[in-house]
Amino acid sequence: MSDATAAPSATKADPTGRDYGSSNGQVLLKVDGLVKYYPILGGLLRRKIGDVRAVDDVSFEINRGEVFGLVGESGCGKSTLGKTLIRLHPPTAGTASLDGEPIFEKRGKDLKRLRRRMQIIFQDPVGSLNPRMPVSDIIGEGLLAQAEKENGWGDRKVRDKRVGDFLEAVGLRRDYARRYPHEFSGGQRQRIGIARALALDPQFVVCDEPVSALDVSIQSQILNLLLDLRREFNLTYLFVAHNLSVVQYISDQVAVMYLGRIVEVADVQRLYSEPRHPYTVALLSAVPDPDPRVRKKRLVLKGDVPSPAAPPSGCRFHTRCWLREHLGNPENCVTDDPALREIGTAAGHRVACHYAERVSDAVVERAAALQPAIVADVAEEV
Amino acid sequence: MAETMRPAETTELGVGPLVPPQLPLAGEEDFEIQLESLNQWQLAWRRFKRHRLALIGSVAFGLIVLIAIVAPILWPYDVTDIPGAKTYGGDAPGLAPLSRLFGTDFGGRSVLQQVLVGARISVEVGVFTMLIAASLGVAVGSIAGYFGGMIDGFLMRFVDLLLAIPFLFVILVAARFFGGGDVVTLILIFGLLSWPGLARLVRAMFLSLREMDFVQAARAVGVSDLRIAFRHILPNALGPIVVSATLIMANAIVLEAFVSFLNFGIRATDVSWGNALSNSQGYLLNGNWWWPFFPGMAIAISVISVNFMGDGLRDALDPRARE
Repeated sequence: MSDATAAPSATKADPTGRDYGSSNGQVLLKVDGLVKYYPILGGLLRRKIGDVRAVDDVSFEINRGEVFGLVGESGCGKSTLGKTLIRLHPPTAGTASLDGEPIFEKRGKDLKRLRRRMQIIFQDPVGSLNPRMPVSDIIGEGLLAQAEKENGWGDRKVRDKRVGDFLEAVGLRRDYARRYPHEFSGGQRQRIGIARALALDPQFVVCDEPVSALDVSIQSQILNLLLDLRREFNLTYLFVAHNLSVVQYISDQVAVMYLGRIVEVADVQRLYSEPRHPYTVALLSAVPDPDPRVRKKRLVLKGDVPSPAAPPSGCRFHTRCWLREHLGNPENCVTDDPALREIGTAAGHRVACHYAERVSDAVVERAAALQPAIVADVAEEV
Repeated sequence: MAETMRPAETTELGVGPLVPPQLPLAGEEDFEIQLESLNQWQLAWRRFKRHRLALIGSVAFGLIVLIAIVAPILWPYDVTDIPGAKTYGGDAPGLAPLSRLFGTDFGGRSVLQQVLVGARISVEVGVFTMLIAASLGVAVGSIAGYFGGMIDGFLMRFVDLLLAIPFLFVILVAARFFGGGDVVTLILIFGLLSWPGLARLVRAMFLSLREMDFVQAARAVGVSDLRIAFRHILPNALGPIVVSATLIMANAIVLEAFVSFLNFGIRATDVSWGNALSNSQGYLLNGNWWWPFFPGMAIAISVISVNFMGDGLRDALDPRARE
């Protein structure tokens, strides 16, 4: 464990730079069979009449120092997953451990101590800062809550110094501590949110779409800041986002979620170059290319995401799956729930599809060709 | 040339000392104009001052409060002292040159004096009812919204029950039953019956603010639930609470007048605006319009000024409001 009172200037960077974490392969966070249901209450007596299956049996591991990207459409459960992991929402079932210590069993003092080690950065730079508190209190509040004899955070002077240190660490001026959130721009506010999370010296940080509410010009600044800070403070990120390019830029490992399930996991190059789940393939085909001359063949999924309160039987993606259609609607897509399995392309590349081995460039091209009207539309737009 | 190209240092109407432009650290703050940071109360005061009606309202209400404190001491009112019985058209002691400004009533007593001295009961009823109702409402609403579940269900059903009871009948019965026309009794009755709406409001604010990211962030860093309630949720619910509290105050003033008018309120020997109205009701048709008119105006003005004040406070207390 790192020294809780370490000043941000005490750089603990690894000389190998960006991929120092992924190389040592030590598991920091392990999630096993995590389930999070939200009850649907109905009727006069507010009885439970069903569940929204936000996260349904999700297992994965994050190595120390890695950025684990989590992508998926809105409402697929990726934010819920992150917030459940750091104990903002109680899990319905499953286990998780941070550095070997169970996360979900902690209560009272133990939970509070655990909270220092896992933090969160929010999406909305406006809503994540209390408009009635000066920055010194916003960042210092966690220090005060976590004050102990050893770290001396109970002392106002120590706290103020640390607040200043971390404002500088995220590229802001020390004296901004006296100001209120409304005096800052979106990017600056996001930096304050990052400083708040890092001031507690966490090991693991959930980045819940930290750049999706920002201007494009500022997104890259914040992404690079996050990468720098990861090196400086030995951080491990769970990076939740729906922007595939952002995830590709920042992640070491990427998991794709659909309706509360992880449908594909792989390291970033593998996933973006050789996607094997039909959903991943469709998502990637929708990434816009900055070059206007490139005519992309885009696989357009039919219909909407089904309700997570009543997910489809068998494979959850079968209602919208182009591959299933292409293969002549095999029966087991509807009846059997595919497990997340290694498909032999590379170690750690796991896909939850019965027919993952059938996905190839040729198949994708043929499937795309079957929807000429749509492809033409996309080409027109581009 | 260097002189003419200077950044916008001299703008902003000289509000606050200017800080020399500094080197941007994060790239995006290049074009920021630096003003001395004001704390949130200074900002709130600045926004309040800009709200003209609110300013007028608070000055008017301040004046009414002042009158309520001073008038009963300077010009003590005695209902049994009927100047008309002795001389025609008596003058209130100390008010002499002005005492007939608003005319006199059937007993020859100064209407102006009744309006001035009557302010005390209205202000007392308004302010203390508001304090009781606001404390009860905030307490019950916070507990319900904060704990949720069974406690919430129980408290809110109780609130529903209170809201379902016809307010007026309860007040009339209670005023008669406990009464004797005592101000304190009246305040207690009003206070105990007017908090449910506020409790609902506070509960709703808790429920929505509880899900805000900054509250989640506070939980994530290990801030205690109690501190979250007092430092994060309540301060951000302040605006609506203040508005609702001023509405309760205005409502209590009207209610006192109304209940007194029906002879269920303040005992007839005390002077209040409601009593003054009540006493005048039989004489209005004779053309003695000034008997009800001035006490009525006093009620209307105090209610309106309280409402304006609440409006201004709401805007002033919203930290997201732009300068």
